[in-house]
Amino acid sequence: MRGKNAFQKFAAVPHSVWVVMFIVAPLLFVLGFAFRGNDGSFSFSNIAELAQYGNVFILSIAFALIATVVCLLIGYPLAYFMSRQSARTQRILMVMVMLPMWCNLLIRTYALMALLDNGGLLNSLLESMGLEKLPIVGTNFGVILGMVYDFLPYMVLPIFTSMTKLDQRYIEASYDLGCNGWQTMTKVIMPLTASGVISGVTMVFVPSISTFYISQKLGAGKIDLVGDTIERLFQNTSTYGVGAAISLVMMILILISVGVMNRFSNDGTDPVATVKRGGPAK
Amino acid sequence: MKILSKCYIGIIFFLLYIPIAVLILFSFNEAGSLAEFTGFTTAWYEELFLDEEAFSSLMNSLILAISSSLIATVIGTFGALGLHRMRNRYIKGAVNSMTNVPMMNPDIVTGVSMMLLFVTLAGILHAKSFFGFGTMLVAHVTFNLPYVLLSVMPRFKQLDKSLSEAAQDLGCTPARAFFSVELPQIIPGIISGLMLGFTMSLDDFVISHFVSSPDFQTLPLYVYNQTSHNVKFSMYALCSIIVLTILLILIAVNFAGGKKKGKGGTK
Repeated sequence: MRGKNAFQKFAAVPHSVWVVMFIVAPLLFVLGFAFRGNDGSFSFSNIAELAQYGNVFILSIAFALIATVVCLLIGYPLAYFMSRQSARTQRILMVMVMLPMWCNLLIRTYALMALLDNGGLLNSLLESMGLEKLPIVGTNFGVILGMVYDFLPYMVLPIFTSMTKLDQRYIEASYDLGCNGWQTMTKVIMPLTASGVISGVTMVFVPSISTFYISQKLGAGKIDLVGDTIERLFQNTSTYGVGAAISLVMMILILISVGVMNRFSNDGTDPVATVKRGGPAK
Repeated sequence: MKILSKCYIGIIFFLLYIPIAVLILFSFNEAGSLAEFTGFTTAWYEELFLDEEAFSSLMNSLILAISSSLIATVIGTFGALGLHRMRNRYIKGAVNSMTNVPMMNPDIVTGVSMMLLFVTLAGILHAKSFFGFGTMLVAHVTFNLPYVLLSVMPRFKQLDKSLSEAAQDLGCTPARAFFSVELPQIIPGIISGLMLGFTMSLDDFVISHFVSSPDFQTLPLYVYNQTSHNVKFSMYALCSIIVLTILLILIAVNFAGGKKKGKGGTK
Protein backbone atom coordinates (compact mmCIF):
# COMPACT_ATOMS: atom_id res chain seq x y z
CA MET A 1 0.00 0.00 0.00
CA ARG A 2 1.36 3.39 -0.86
CA GLY A 3 -1.10 5.51 1.10
CA LYS A 4 1.72 6.36 3.47
CA ASN A 5 3.05 9.68 2.31
CA ALA A 6 3.77 13.12 3.56
CA PHE A 7 0.33 14.59 3.00
CA GLN A 8 -1.58 11.90 4.79
CA LYS A 9 1.07 11.52 7.43
CA PHE A 10 0.75 15.14 8.47
CA ALA A 11 -3.00 15.52 8.00
CA ALA A 12 -3.63 14.74 11.66
CA VAL A 13 -0.95 17.09 12.97
CA PRO A 14 -3.06 20.27 13.37
CA HIS A 15 -5.80 18.24 15.01
CA SER A 16 -3.39 16.51 17.39
CA VAL A 17 -1.67 19.77 18.28
CA TRP A 18 -5.05 21.39 18.98
CA VAL A 19 -6.09 18.48 21.18
CA VAL A 20 -2.88 18.66 23.18
CA MET A 21 -2.99 22.45 23.55
CA PHE A 22 -6.65 22.93 24.31
CA ILE A 23 -7.87 19.66 25.79
CA VAL A 24 -4.89 17.97 27.45
CA ALA A 25 -3.11 21.10 28.65
CA PRO A 26 -6.20 22.66 30.29
CA LEU A 27 -6.83 19.44 32.20
CA LEU A 28 -3.23 19.49 33.38
CA PHE A 29 -3.82 23.05 34.56
CA VAL A 30 -6.80 21.84 36.60
CA LEU A 31 -4.50 19.24 38.14
CA GLY A 32 -1.79 21.85 38.68
CA PHE A 33 -4.07 24.38 40.36
CA ALA A 34 -5.62 21.68 42.53
CA PHE A 35 -2.21 20.75 43.95
CA ARG A 36 -0.79 24.25 44.29
CA GLY A 37 -0.51 26.04 47.59
CA ASN A 38 -0.82 29.78 48.14
CA ASP A 39 2.91 30.27 47.70
CA GLY A 40 2.92 28.44 44.39
CA SER A 41 4.59 25.27 45.64
CA PHE A 42 3.20 21.75 45.58
CA SER A 43 0.71 21.31 48.38
CA PHE A 44 -2.28 19.32 49.47
CA SER A 45 -3.97 22.31 51.09
CA ASN A 46 -6.69 22.57 48.42
CA ILE A 47 -7.36 18.86 48.62
CA ALA A 48 -7.61 19.16 52.39
CA GLU A 49 -10.23 21.87 51.98
CA LEU A 50 -12.40 19.45 50.04
CA ALA A 51 -13.58 18.01 53.34
CA GLN A 52 -15.70 21.13 53.86
CA TYR A 53 -17.54 20.39 50.66
CA GLY A 54 -18.46 16.81 51.51
CA ASN A 55 -22.10 17.73 52.12
CA VAL A 56 -22.31 19.59 48.82
CA PHE A 57 -21.03 16.52 46.98
CA ILE A 58 -23.46 14.21 48.77
CA LEU A 59 -26.41 16.53 48.08
CA SER A 60 -25.47 16.85 44.39
CA ILE A 61 -25.04 13.12 43.94
CA ALA A 62 -28.35 12.46 45.71
CA PHE A 63 -30.22 15.05 43.60
CA ALA A 64 -28.71 13.76 40.37
CA LEU A 65 -29.50 10.15 41.27
CA ILE A 66 -33.11 10.95 42.19
CA ALA A 67 -33.57 12.99 39.01
CA THR A 68 -32.08 10.16 36.92
CA VAL A 69 -34.30 7.50 38.50
CA VAL A 70 -37.43 9.63 38.12
CA CYS A 71 -36.55 10.36 34.47
CA LEU A 72 -36.08 6.64 33.87
CA LEU A 73 -39.38 5.73 35.54
CA ILE A 74 -41.27 8.35 33.50
CA GLY A 75 -39.22 8.04 30.32
CA TYR A 76 -39.07 4.29 29.85
CA PRO A 77 -42.85 3.72 29.63
CA LEU A 78 -43.14 6.86 27.52
CA ALA A 79 -40.56 5.61 25.01
CA TYR A 80 -42.24 2.20 24.97
CA PHE A 81 -45.72 3.61 24.34
CA MET A 82 -44.32 5.99 21.70
CA SER A 83 -42.76 3.07 19.84
CA ARG A 84 -46.19 1.36 19.69
CA GLN A 85 -47.76 4.22 17.73
CA SER A 86 -48.13 4.46 13.97
CA ALA A 87 -45.08 5.57 12.01
CA ARG A 88 -46.60 8.98 11.37
CA THR A 89 -47.45 9.61 15.02
CA GLN A 90 -43.97 8.43 15.98
CA ARG A 91 -42.41 11.07 13.76
CA ILE A 92 -44.52 13.83 15.27
CA LEU A 93 -43.78 12.65 18.82
CA MET A 94 -40.08 12.42 17.99
CA VAL A 95 -40.03 16.06 16.89
CA MET A 96 -41.93 16.94 20.06
CA VAL A 97 -39.25 15.25 22.18
CA MET A 98 -36.50 16.98 20.25
CA LEU A 99 -37.93 20.50 20.40
CA PRO A 100 -37.20 21.01 24.12
CA MET A 101 -33.77 19.40 23.62
CA TRP A 102 -32.93 21.98 21.01
CA CYS A 103 -34.17 24.88 23.10
CA ASN A 104 -31.52 26.30 25.31
CA LEU A 105 -31.46 24.97 28.85
CA LEU A 106 -31.69 28.52 30.18
CA ILE A 107 -34.98 29.03 28.38
CA ARG A 108 -36.54 25.80 29.64
CA THR A 109 -35.44 26.44 33.20
CA TYR A 110 -36.59 30.04 33.07
CA ALA A 111 -39.97 28.98 31.67
CA LEU A 112 -40.44 26.41 34.43
CA MET A 113 -39.47 28.92 37.08
CA ALA A 114 -41.93 31.45 35.69
CA LEU A 115 -44.71 28.90 35.98
CA LEU A 116 -43.90 27.67 39.49
CA ASP A 117 -42.66 30.86 41.12
CA ASN A 118 -44.44 32.26 44.16
CA GLY A 119 -45.88 35.01 41.99
CA GLY A 120 -46.36 32.66 39.07
CA LEU A 121 -49.37 31.27 37.28
CA LEU A 122 -49.64 28.04 39.27
CA ASN A 123 -49.72 29.77 42.62
CA SER A 124 -52.11 32.47 41.48
CA LEU A 125 -54.46 29.75 40.19
CA LEU A 126 -54.22 27.91 43.50
CA GLU A 127 -54.92 31.12 45.37
CA SER A 128 -57.94 32.00 43.27
CA MET A 129 -59.33 28.55 44.00
CA GLY A 130 -58.94 29.29 47.68
CA LEU A 131 -56.09 26.86 48.17
CA GLU A 132 -52.79 27.49 49.83
CA LYS A 133 -49.75 28.50 47.81
CA LEU A 134 -47.27 25.78 46.97
CA PRO A 135 -43.74 26.93 47.63
CA ILE A 136 -41.81 24.99 45.01
CA VAL A 137 -39.13 27.46 43.93
CA GLY A 138 -36.42 27.53 46.57
CA THR A 139 -36.98 23.98 47.78
CA ASN A 140 -35.10 20.73 47.15
CA PHE A 141 -38.19 19.45 45.37
CA GLY A 142 -38.09 22.43 43.00
CA VAL A 143 -34.48 21.78 42.01
CA ILE A 144 -35.09 18.07 41.39
CA LEU A 145 -38.23 18.92 39.43
CA GLY A 146 -36.15 21.29 37.32
CA MET A 147 -33.62 18.56 36.57
CA VAL A 148 -36.35 16.08 35.64
CA TYR A 149 -38.11 18.63 33.44
CA ASP A 150 -34.95 19.79 31.70
CA PHE A 151 -33.37 16.40 31.09
CA LEU A 152 -36.33 14.05 30.53
CA PRO A 153 -36.04 14.33 26.71
CA TYR A 154 -32.42 13.11 26.96
CA MET A 155 -33.72 9.97 28.65
CA VAL A 156 -36.62 9.38 26.27
CA LEU A 157 -34.79 9.80 22.97
CA PRO A 158 -32.12 7.07 23.28
CA ILE A 159 -34.59 4.58 24.79
CA PHE A 160 -37.08 5.33 22.04
CA THR A 161 -34.35 4.83 19.43
CA SER A 162 -33.41 1.43 20.81
CA MET A 163 -37.13 0.52 20.97
CA THR A 164 -37.60 1.27 17.27
CA LYS A 165 -34.49 -0.75 16.41
CA LEU A 166 -35.86 -3.73 18.31
CA ASP A 167 -36.78 -6.60 16.00
CA GLN A 168 -40.53 -7.17 16.41
CA ARG A 169 -40.07 -10.87 15.71
CA TYR A 170 -38.41 -11.33 19.10
CA ILE A 171 -41.57 -10.08 20.77
CA GLU A 172 -43.76 -12.33 18.67
CA ALA A 173 -41.44 -15.25 19.40
CA SER A 174 -41.66 -14.51 23.10
CA TYR A 175 -45.47 -14.62 23.00
CA ASP A 176 -45.42 -17.75 20.85
CA LEU A 177 -43.21 -19.45 23.40
CA GLY A 178 -45.73 -18.75 26.13
CA CYS A 179 -44.55 -15.57 27.82
CA ASN A 180 -47.21 -13.17 29.02
CA GLY A 181 -46.99 -9.42 28.48
CA TRP A 182 -45.04 -8.76 31.65
CA GLN A 183 -42.56 -11.58 31.02
CA THR A 184 -42.03 -10.34 27.47
CA MET A 185 -41.32 -6.88 28.85
CA THR A 186 -38.83 -7.96 31.51
CA LYS A 187 -37.15 -10.84 29.68
CA VAL A 188 -37.08 -9.59 26.08
CA ILE A 189 -37.75 -5.89 25.66
CA MET A 190 -35.86 -4.55 28.68
CA PRO A 191 -32.60 -6.44 28.07
CA LEU A 192 -32.66 -5.52 24.38
CA THR A 193 -33.13 -1.83 25.12
CA ALA A 194 -30.52 -1.70 27.90
CA SER A 195 -28.06 0.25 25.76
CA GLY A 196 -30.65 2.99 25.29
CA VAL A 197 -31.23 3.09 29.03
CA ILE A 198 -27.50 3.41 29.67
CA SER A 199 -27.24 6.31 27.22
CA GLY A 200 -30.23 7.98 28.80
CA VAL A 201 -28.94 7.54 32.33
CA THR A 202 -25.57 9.05 31.36
CA MET A 203 -27.22 11.94 29.56
CA VAL A 204 -29.37 12.81 32.57
CA PHE A 205 -26.91 12.13 35.36
CA VAL A 206 -23.91 14.09 34.05
CA PRO A 207 -25.66 17.42 33.44
CA SER A 208 -27.73 17.02 36.63
CA ILE A 209 -24.72 16.61 38.87
CA SER A 210 -22.87 19.55 37.34
CA THR A 211 -25.68 22.06 36.84
CA PHE A 212 -25.67 25.49 38.38
CA TYR A 213 -28.37 27.36 36.49
CA ILE A 214 -31.16 25.03 37.65
CA SER A 215 -30.19 25.36 41.29
CA GLN A 216 -29.79 29.13 40.92
CA LYS A 217 -33.24 29.58 39.40
CA LEU A 218 -35.38 26.84 40.94
CA GLY A 219 -33.41 26.75 44.16
CA ALA A 220 -33.65 30.55 44.38
CA GLY A 221 -30.01 30.62 45.41
CA LYS A 222 -30.76 28.75 48.63
CA ILE A 223 -29.51 25.39 47.48
CA ASP A 224 -25.83 24.92 46.84
CA LEU A 225 -24.77 22.12 44.52
CA VAL A 226 -21.31 21.22 43.23
CA GLY A 227 -21.90 23.27 40.09
CA ASP A 228 -22.82 26.38 42.10
CA THR A 229 -19.79 25.91 44.30
CA ILE A 230 -17.41 25.62 41.36
CA GLU A 231 -19.01 28.60 39.64
CA ARG A 232 -18.69 30.73 42.78
CA LEU A 233 -15.10 29.70 43.54
CA PHE A 234 -14.03 30.65 40.03
CA GLN A 235 -15.25 34.20 40.45
CA ASN A 236 -12.40 34.96 42.80
CA THR A 237 -8.74 34.45 41.89
CA SER A 238 -7.79 33.36 45.41
CA THR A 239 -10.14 30.37 45.35
CA TYR A 240 -9.18 28.98 41.94
CA GLY A 241 -7.22 26.20 43.65
CA VAL A 242 -10.15 24.85 45.65
CA GLY A 243 -12.40 25.22 42.61
CA ALA A 244 -9.92 23.21 40.56
CA ALA A 245 -9.76 20.52 43.26
CA ILE A 246 -13.57 20.20 43.28
CA SER A 247 -13.67 20.10 39.48
CA LEU A 248 -11.02 17.40 39.50
CA VAL A 249 -12.98 15.23 41.93
CA MET A 250 -16.18 15.69 39.95
CA MET A 251 -14.44 14.86 36.69
CA ILE A 252 -12.95 11.68 38.14
CA LEU A 253 -16.31 10.64 39.62
CA ILE A 254 -18.05 11.14 36.29
CA LEU A 255 -15.39 9.55 34.10
CA ILE A 256 -15.45 6.48 36.34
CA SER A 257 -19.22 6.17 36.30
CA VAL A 258 -19.44 6.77 32.53
CA GLY A 259 -16.63 4.27 31.99
CA VAL A 260 -18.38 1.65 34.12
CA MET A 261 -21.66 2.20 32.32
CA ASN A 262 -20.03 1.99 28.89
CA ARG A 263 -18.83 -1.48 29.82
CA PHE A 264 -22.46 -2.55 30.04
CA SER A 265 -23.31 -0.96 26.72
CA ASN A 266 -23.21 -3.91 24.36
CA ASP A 267 -23.40 -2.26 20.96
CA GLY A 268 -20.11 -0.44 21.29
CA THR A 269 -21.47 2.96 20.28
CA ASP A 270 -20.67 5.91 22.41
CA PRO A 271 -23.90 6.70 24.28
CA VAL A 272 -23.23 10.36 24.94
CA ALA A 273 -22.26 11.03 21.37
CA THR A 274 -25.33 9.28 20.05
CA VAL A 275 -27.71 11.38 22.06
CA LYS A 276 -26.00 14.72 21.70
CA ARG A 277 -26.20 14.23 17.96
CA GLY A 278 -29.94 13.99 18.39
CA GLY A 279 -30.30 10.43 17.25
CA PRO A 280 -28.51 7.25 16.32
CA ALA A 281 -25.54 7.24 13.98
CA LYS A 282 -26.61 6.35 10.47
CA MET B 1 -54.33 -0.54 26.98
CA LYS B 2 -54.14 1.44 23.76
CA ILE B 3 -56.21 4.24 25.28
CA LEU B 4 -54.20 4.20 28.50
CA SER B 5 -50.91 4.48 26.65
CA LYS B 6 -52.23 7.39 24.57
CA CYS B 7 -53.35 9.11 27.78
CA TYR B 8 -49.91 8.61 29.32
CA ILE B 9 -48.20 10.08 26.26
CA GLY B 10 -50.65 12.97 26.32
CA ILE B 11 -50.11 13.79 29.98
CA ILE B 12 -46.31 13.71 29.81
CA PHE B 13 -46.18 15.87 26.70
CA PHE B 14 -48.69 18.26 28.26
CA LEU B 15 -46.45 18.66 31.31
CA LEU B 16 -43.38 19.00 29.10
CA TYR B 17 -44.93 21.76 27.04
CA ILE B 18 -46.97 23.72 29.53
CA PRO B 19 -44.09 25.87 30.85
CA ILE B 20 -43.10 26.78 27.29
CA ALA B 21 -46.71 27.53 26.35
CA VAL B 22 -47.15 29.73 29.42
CA LEU B 23 -43.91 31.53 28.61
CA ILE B 24 -45.10 32.31 25.09
CA LEU B 25 -48.57 33.35 26.29
CA PHE B 26 -47.24 35.67 28.98
CA SER B 27 -44.78 37.28 26.59
CA PHE B 28 -47.93 38.99 25.26
CA ASN B 29 -49.27 39.92 28.69
CA GLU B 30 -50.05 43.59 29.18
CA ALA B 31 -49.67 43.65 32.94
CA GLY B 32 -46.08 42.47 32.95
CA SER B 33 -47.02 39.94 35.56
CA LEU B 34 -46.83 36.19 35.65
CA ALA B 35 -49.87 35.75 37.83
CA GLU B 36 -52.72 36.69 35.55
CA PHE B 37 -53.27 37.55 31.94
CA THR B 38 -54.79 41.00 31.72
CA GLY B 39 -54.62 41.89 28.08
CA PHE B 40 -52.76 41.45 24.82
CA THR B 41 -49.74 43.57 24.03
CA THR B 42 -46.67 43.43 21.84
CA ALA B 43 -44.86 45.98 23.98
CA TRP B 44 -42.30 43.48 25.24
CA TYR B 45 -41.42 42.55 21.68
CA GLU B 46 -41.00 46.22 20.80
CA GLU B 47 -38.77 46.66 23.83
CA LEU B 48 -36.72 43.69 22.70
CA PHE B 49 -36.34 44.91 19.12
CA LEU B 50 -35.16 48.28 20.37
CA ASP B 51 -32.58 46.60 22.58
CA GLU B 52 -29.27 46.91 20.75
CA GLU B 53 -27.53 44.58 23.15
CA ALA B 54 -29.90 41.75 22.24
CA PHE B 55 -29.26 42.31 18.56
CA SER B 56 -25.49 42.49 18.90
CA SER B 57 -25.41 39.33 21.02
CA LEU B 58 -27.42 37.53 18.36
CA MET B 59 -24.89 38.65 15.74
CA ASN B 60 -22.01 37.58 18.00
CA SER B 61 -23.61 34.16 18.45
CA LEU B 62 -23.93 33.69 14.71
CA ILE B 63 -20.40 34.90 13.95
CA LEU B 64 -18.98 32.62 16.62
CA ALA B 65 -21.06 29.61 15.57
CA ILE B 66 -20.15 29.98 11.90
CA SER B 67 -16.45 30.58 12.42
CA SER B 68 -15.96 27.95 15.12
CA SER B 69 -17.84 25.24 13.23
CA LEU B 70 -15.91 25.99 10.01
CA ILE B 71 -12.53 25.88 11.74
CA ALA B 72 -13.44 22.72 13.66
CA THR B 73 -14.66 21.07 10.46
CA VAL B 74 -11.43 21.79 8.57
CA ILE B 75 -9.15 20.69 11.43
CA GLY B 76 -11.33 17.71 12.31
CA THR B 77 -11.72 16.44 8.75
CA PHE B 78 -7.97 16.42 8.14
CA GLY B 79 -7.59 14.99 11.62
CA ALA B 80 -9.96 12.14 10.76
CA LEU B 81 -8.05 11.50 7.53
CA GLY B 82 -4.72 11.41 9.32
CA LEU B 83 -6.03 9.28 12.17
CA HIS B 84 -7.69 6.89 9.76
CA ARG B 85 -4.38 6.33 7.95
CA MET B 86 -2.23 6.29 11.05
CA ARG B 87 -0.49 2.96 11.68
CA ASN B 88 0.48 3.57 15.29
CA ARG B 89 -2.55 2.31 17.19
CA TYR B 90 -1.51 3.86 20.49
CA ILE B 91 -1.16 7.42 19.21
CA LYS B 92 -4.36 6.98 17.21
CA GLY B 93 -6.26 5.69 20.23
CA ALA B 94 -4.86 8.41 22.48
CA VAL B 95 -5.73 11.28 20.12
CA ASN B 96 -9.16 9.78 19.49
CA SER B 97 -10.08 9.42 23.13
CA MET B 98 -8.63 12.79 24.15
CA THR B 99 -10.71 14.45 21.41
CA ASN B 100 -13.80 12.97 23.01
CA VAL B 101 -13.02 14.26 26.49
CA PRO B 102 -15.00 17.54 26.14
CA MET B 103 -18.03 15.46 25.14
CA MET B 104 -17.83 13.16 28.15
CA ASN B 105 -16.80 15.75 30.70
CA PRO B 106 -19.41 18.00 32.26
CA ASP B 107 -19.36 21.35 30.48
CA ILE B 108 -18.46 23.13 33.68
CA VAL B 109 -15.17 21.19 33.96
CA THR B 110 -14.31 21.90 30.31
CA GLY B 111 -15.14 25.55 30.95
CA VAL B 112 -13.00 25.97 34.05
CA SER B 113 -10.11 24.00 32.56
CA MET B 114 -9.96 26.36 29.57
CA MET B 115 -10.35 29.35 31.84
CA LEU B 116 -7.32 28.22 33.89
CA LEU B 117 -5.30 27.79 30.69
CA PHE B 118 -6.11 31.32 29.51
CA VAL B 119 -5.55 32.84 32.94
CA THR B 120 -2.14 31.18 33.20
CA LEU B 121 -1.15 32.16 29.66
CA ALA B 122 -2.16 35.75 30.33
CA GLY B 123 -0.03 35.66 33.48
CA ILE B 124 3.00 34.32 31.62
CA LEU B 125 2.64 36.84 28.80
CA HIS B 126 1.95 39.69 31.25
CA ALA B 127 -1.22 40.46 29.36
CA LYS B 128 -4.01 41.85 31.48
CA SER B 129 -6.52 39.32 30.28
CA PHE B 130 -7.37 38.08 26.87
CA PHE B 131 -10.84 36.83 27.40
CA GLY B 132 -13.07 37.77 24.50
CA PHE B 133 -13.80 36.60 21.00
CA GLY B 134 -10.47 34.78 20.68
CA THR B 135 -10.87 32.66 23.79
CA MET B 136 -14.50 31.93 22.94
CA LEU B 137 -13.48 30.83 19.45
CA VAL B 138 -10.79 28.50 20.78
CA ALA B 139 -13.22 27.00 23.31
CA HIS B 140 -15.99 26.50 20.76
CA VAL B 141 -13.65 24.91 18.19
CA THR B 142 -12.45 22.57 20.94
CA PHE B 143 -15.87 21.31 21.96
CA ASN B 144 -16.96 21.05 18.30
CA LEU B 145 -14.02 18.84 17.31
CA PRO B 146 -15.41 15.57 18.74
CA TYR B 147 -18.66 16.03 16.82
CA VAL B 148 -16.79 16.61 13.56
CA LEU B 149 -14.60 13.58 14.16
CA LEU B 150 -17.64 11.44 15.00
CA SER B 151 -19.44 12.48 11.84
CA VAL B 152 -16.48 12.19 9.47
CA MET B 153 -14.62 9.15 10.84
CA PRO B 154 -17.28 6.56 9.84
CA ARG B 155 -17.18 7.92 6.28
CA PHE B 156 -13.44 7.29 6.06
CA LYS B 157 -13.96 3.77 7.36
CA GLN B 158 -16.46 3.11 4.57
CA LEU B 159 -14.08 4.32 1.85
CA ASP B 160 -12.72 1.81 -0.61
CA LYS B 161 -8.94 2.10 -0.40
CA SER B 162 -8.40 0.80 -3.91
CA LEU B 163 -10.11 3.87 -5.42
CA SER B 164 -7.51 6.23 -4.04
CA GLU B 165 -4.77 3.81 -5.04
CA ALA B 166 -6.16 3.61 -8.55
CA ALA B 167 -6.18 7.41 -8.78
CA GLN B 168 -2.56 7.49 -7.70
CA ASP B 169 -1.62 4.73 -10.17
CA LEU B 170 -3.20 6.88 -12.85
CA GLY B 171 -0.89 9.73 -11.93
CA CYS B 172 -2.63 11.72 -9.20
CA THR B 173 -0.53 13.08 -6.41
CA PRO B 174 -1.73 11.79 -3.02
CA ALA B 175 -3.18 15.21 -2.22
CA ARG B 176 -4.98 15.36 -5.57
CA ALA B 177 -6.27 11.80 -5.04
CA PHE B 178 -7.69 12.89 -1.71
CA PHE B 179 -9.41 16.00 -3.01
CA SER B 180 -10.90 14.52 -6.16
CA VAL B 181 -11.63 10.92 -5.16
CA GLU B 182 -12.11 10.67 -1.42
CA LEU B 183 -13.40 14.09 -0.45
CA PRO B 184 -16.63 13.84 -2.51
CA GLN B 185 -17.47 10.59 -0.73
CA ILE B 186 -17.04 12.01 2.74
CA ILE B 187 -18.87 15.29 2.06
CA PRO B 188 -22.11 14.16 3.77
CA GLY B 189 -20.18 13.42 6.96
CA ILE B 190 -18.44 16.80 6.76
CA ILE B 191 -21.73 18.61 6.35
CA SER B 192 -23.35 16.84 9.28
CA GLY B 193 -20.28 17.62 11.41
CA LEU B 194 -20.51 21.27 10.40
CA MET B 195 -24.22 21.47 11.24
CA LEU B 196 -23.74 19.76 14.58
CA GLY B 197 -20.89 22.08 15.47
CA PHE B 198 -22.94 25.09 14.46
CA THR B 199 -25.89 24.12 16.67
CA MET B 200 -23.68 23.10 19.60
CA SER B 201 -21.93 26.44 19.40
CA LEU B 202 -25.18 28.43 19.24
CA ASP B 203 -26.57 26.52 22.21
CA ASP B 204 -23.56 26.62 24.49
CA PHE B 205 -23.82 28.57 27.68
CA VAL B 206 -21.72 26.91 30.38
CA ILE B 207 -18.34 26.78 28.62
CA SER B 208 -18.79 30.30 27.20
CA HIS B 209 -19.67 31.54 30.68
CA PHE B 210 -16.15 30.76 31.88
CA VAL B 211 -14.12 32.03 28.91
CA SER B 212 -16.04 35.17 27.95
CA SER B 213 -15.65 38.81 28.73
CA PRO B 214 -18.39 41.43 28.96
CA ASP B 215 -17.21 42.86 25.61
CA PHE B 216 -18.22 39.80 23.67
CA GLN B 217 -21.59 38.42 24.67
CA THR B 218 -23.44 35.62 22.93
CA LEU B 219 -27.20 35.17 23.06
CA PRO B 220 -27.22 32.54 25.86
CA LEU B 221 -24.87 34.73 27.92
CA TYR B 222 -27.13 37.70 27.33
CA VAL B 223 -30.17 35.71 28.50
CA TYR B 224 -28.22 34.58 31.55
CA ASN B 225 -27.18 38.10 32.51
CA GLN B 226 -30.66 39.48 31.95
CA THR B 227 -32.38 36.76 33.96
CA SER B 228 -29.92 36.67 36.83
CA HIS B 229 -31.57 39.36 38.92
CA ASN B 230 -35.15 40.15 38.14
CA VAL B 231 -37.86 39.10 35.76
CA LYS B 232 -37.66 40.90 32.44
CA PHE B 233 -40.58 40.47 30.12
CA SER B 234 -38.55 41.26 27.03
CA MET B 235 -36.67 38.04 27.87
CA TYR B 236 -39.97 36.19 27.64
CA ALA B 237 -40.38 37.65 24.20
CA LEU B 238 -36.84 36.67 23.21
CA CYS B 239 -37.26 33.11 24.53
CA SER B 240 -40.57 32.77 22.69
CA ILE B 241 -38.97 33.86 19.43
CA ILE B 242 -36.14 31.35 19.91
CA VAL B 243 -38.55 28.50 20.69
CA LEU B 244 -40.72 29.25 17.67
CA THR B 245 -37.68 29.52 15.39
CA ILE B 246 -36.43 26.12 16.53
CA LEU B 247 -39.92 24.65 16.06
CA LEU B 248 -40.05 25.91 12.47
CA ILE B 249 -36.57 24.56 11.71
CA LEU B 250 -37.40 21.16 13.18
CA ILE B 251 -40.65 20.95 11.22
CA ALA B 252 -38.87 21.99 8.04
CA VAL B 253 -36.08 19.46 8.51
CA ASN B 254 -38.35 16.58 9.50
CA PHE B 255 -41.40 17.04 7.35
CA ALA B 256 -40.56 19.18 4.35
CA GLY B 257 -38.16 16.67 2.83
CA GLY B 258 -40.99 14.24 2.08
CA LYS B 259 -40.77 10.77 3.53
CA LYS B 260 -37.24 9.89 2.62
CA LYS B 261 -35.61 11.15 5.79
CA GLY B 262 -38.02 9.69 8.32
CA LYS B 263 -36.19 9.55 11.61
CA GLY B 264 -38.94 8.27 13.80
CA GLY B 265 -40.66 5.55 11.80
CA THR B 266 -39.31 2.12 11.16
CA LYS B 267 -35.68 1.78 10.39
